[in-house]
Amino acid sequence: MAEQIVEAPAPGKILRVYVEAGTPVAEGDRICIVEALKMELPIVAPVGGTVKALNISPGKTVEAGDPLAVIIEG
Amino acid sequence: MPEGELLGILALTWQASVMLGLGGLLIYLGIAEEVEPVLLVPIGTGIILANIPLGGLTETGGLLAVLRRAGIDTELFPLLIFIGVGAMIDFGSLLERPYTVFLGAAAQFGIFGTFFLAYFLGDGGLRLFAFSFKDAVSIGIIGSADGPTSIYVATVLGSKYAASIVVAAYSYMALVPIIQPPIMRALTTAAERRLAMPARAQKVSRRTRVLFPVVTIIVVGLIAPKATPLIGTLMFGNLLREAGVLERLSQAAQNEMANIVTILLGLTVGGMMAAEDFLRPETIMIYVMGVVAFAAGTAAGLILGKLMYVVSGKKINPLIGAAGISAFPMCARVVQRVGLEANPHNHLLMHAAGANTAGQIASVVAGGAALALVPFFV
Repeated sequence: MAEQIVEAPAPGKILRVYVEAGTPVAEGDRICIVEALKMELPIVAPVGGTVKALNISPGKTVEAGDPLAVIIEG
Repeated sequence: MPEGELLGILALTWQASVMLGLGGLLIYLGIAEEVEPVLLVPIGTGIILANIPLGGLTETGGLLAVLRRAGIDTELFPLLIFIGVGAMIDFGSLLERPYTVFLGAAAQFGIFGTFFLAYFLGDGGLRLFAFSFKDAVSIGIIGSADGPTSIYVATVLGSKYAASIVVAAYSYMALVPIIQPPIMRALTTAAERRLAMPARAQKVSRRTRVLFPVVTIIVVGLIAPKATPLIGTLMFGNLLREAGVLERLSQAAQNEMANIVTILLGLTVGGMMAAEDFLRPETIMIYVMGVVAFAAGTAAGLILGKLMYVVSGKKINPLIGAAGISAFPMCARVVQRVGLEANPHNHLLMHAAGANTAGQIASVVAGGAALALVPFFV
């Protein structure tokens, strides 16, 4: 089973988290919202599957490229 | 009737009434519609204050006249604003993606295109409007999408339209989210807009970040000496930010100083809009050419972006070229929005921010280059 790492697209702050470890997601489902340059960036699942690990909680600051979540495909 | 009473109402001309209405409109847009309130509310109030008959604020010794002499005629206010702007801008997104510098440069094309148009409509051709060579240059600088540079160039050149130019520049910066997207969609294909770019970029060291402002002052200063006041203050502000040991000064530049000078600058610019200077066909034309300038700059950035898309083997999304005009961070946000619309996994924000901050430097250089070239033609 392939794993997909969801990365932060920009340095910023996690505003909201929509999933937790074990949540099944479809491609395009929201994982979380990152705030950067006073703009809300909706981060969506790149593939359908199950959220395996989650590295984030609201209020946490992230750098560009930081892993936000891991999704197991299928 | 006792002397002094009702004199204001009796002296009120229709022109002054229009200006009072315009001032009220800017205040309304700022507060009710939240369009650049930080600028429009002081400017709107300045317009009202300047157009109250017999108020005396714009006569010798009046508040607005004193501020104008002290802060605009000396070019002090735009330069002080630039120290604050420099302290606010993180050039990291540019340093991590050095190629974006070309996008910032390309987007300055709007300046030169608009200059030719203004000069052609004015003294250089059709003579439909009273635009001298220097006025045409000042109008072109609206295309830099950079308020302080617009004020600086227009006042150094002594353009009689300085106030209209500044108001046009600031209003169009607020309208970037409306002006840009149609041009972006027209000039790019859906496949181009969908292209996602990697989030991770090469990290730049602290040494690079500290050296960058100093090196930029020296390099730009030696190439375009007339840009030294602008680039010097912008980069001094940035040095305060990146030094790491000047947090107090950096915060003061970004907050207290920028805020105070914004209040003074807004009031003064509004105060420069007396009815007899403003209610002319030239003012309307300046607004029309302002849109042309923004659109041409956006298009030039996009076209270079498309070229980079091809040359890079489809690794660079051409949309980020639209962020080359320096309205920061409005353009970067617009690019992010249009990119995300084409592909929900596509976050172009930081790439666009690179082009956007490059545009900030390029607009200053373009302003300096224009100032250096004007004496050869006048």
